[in-house]
Amino acid sequence: MTPGIGEIWVYLSTTPLLGLTLTLCAYQAAWWLYQRAGQHPLLNPVMIAVTLLVGVLALTGTDYDTYFDGAQFVHFLLGPATVALAIPLYAQWMRLRKMVFPLIATLLVGSLAAALSAAGIAAILGASRESVMSLAPKSVTTPVAMGIAESLSGLPSLTAVLVMATGILGAITARYIYQWLRIDDHAVHGFAMGIASHGIGTARAFQISEQAGAFAALAMGLNALVSALLLPWLVPWLIGLSE
Amino acid sequence: MLGALTVLLIYQLVGEVIARRFGLPVPGPVLGMALLFATLIARKGAGDALRNTSNGLLQHLSLLFVPAGTGVMLHFQRLADEWFAVLVALVASTMLSIVISALVLKALSSRKHGGPAS
Repeated sequence: MTPGIGEIWVYLSTTPLLGLTLTLCAYQAAWWLYQRAGQHPLLNPVMIAVTLLVGVLALTGTDYDTYFDGAQFVHFLLGPATVALAIPLYAQWMRLRKMVFPLIATLLVGSLAAALSAAGIAAILGASRESVMSLAPKSVTTPVAMGIAESLSGLPSLTAVLVMATGILGAITARYIYQWLRIDDHAVHGFAMGIASHGIGTARAFQISEQAGAFAALAMGLNALVSALLLPWLVPWLIGLSE
Repeated sequence: MLGALTVLLIYQLVGEVIARRFGLPVPGPVLGMALLFATLIARKGAGDALRNTSNGLLQHLSLLFVPAGTGVMLHFQRLADEWFAVLVALVASTMLSIVISALVLKALSSRKHGGPAS
């Protein structure tokens, strides 16, 4: 007797195969759409893929943990991919060396602006304290952002989501912002995207050029360092002042 | 490709061990990136295999963020309650930080290249 579709589903939902395959299919569909639309920033592939996945998981009543059992294999590759950013970074070494002072000054101003404006605006608009604290590290790469949220008594898993949303927003808006500001230096493009929207901004910057990508990777790494050192004491102090 | 992937994983592992051993606030992979960068400077470049494997990984970097992004489904309730404050804060702050960073870097780097000698 052949098993019914229900039984097959029960079997598949206990293996990592389904979550992994779904992730790749959703991303390929999103990527196809993105290419068809001439890489239009509004059709950001991460956003489309996430939307498709949430839809499929909701329709099939699959919970996130079950999905992540499979998707973790993709998630894991973030580690080696982060290490691999050293290679494009090295390709820009000659240019980087000449810009050390402007880069460090920009980094400090940019990281603080990213964190304090997010926490400040949310606090003024009456968001809960947990949400405000979870928003502060939104521009920092996920693992560090979650650590910062924890030390601020925010919700690390909420921070992970806000970090993703920030990355997607930065990837979508950056091109329009640079057109508006009339900036065409790819080093500036990349560095600002790396500070404001970490790895997703970096992924988007690589689609602009390798130089933009390298500067974004640098900004992402340095922003993680600066934010991890400064935010855990700076944010409570400022929020305390405003109360 | 296998060798290059092994190199990347070893740097990540070393970064992870150093970060934990000394209680550093930076994640292991970011430290691994810094160590590999230092190695490349010392050795004056990467081999072809390492370059090709890295390109392959980085070409679809955005795919790697999809599983974590799907975690949004865990927070629908809170986001529904506070969507306005969270949305305005996210959009305004993200755009603001891009504008500020870009303007500061542009001003500082153009003064150094094009402006009067200091």
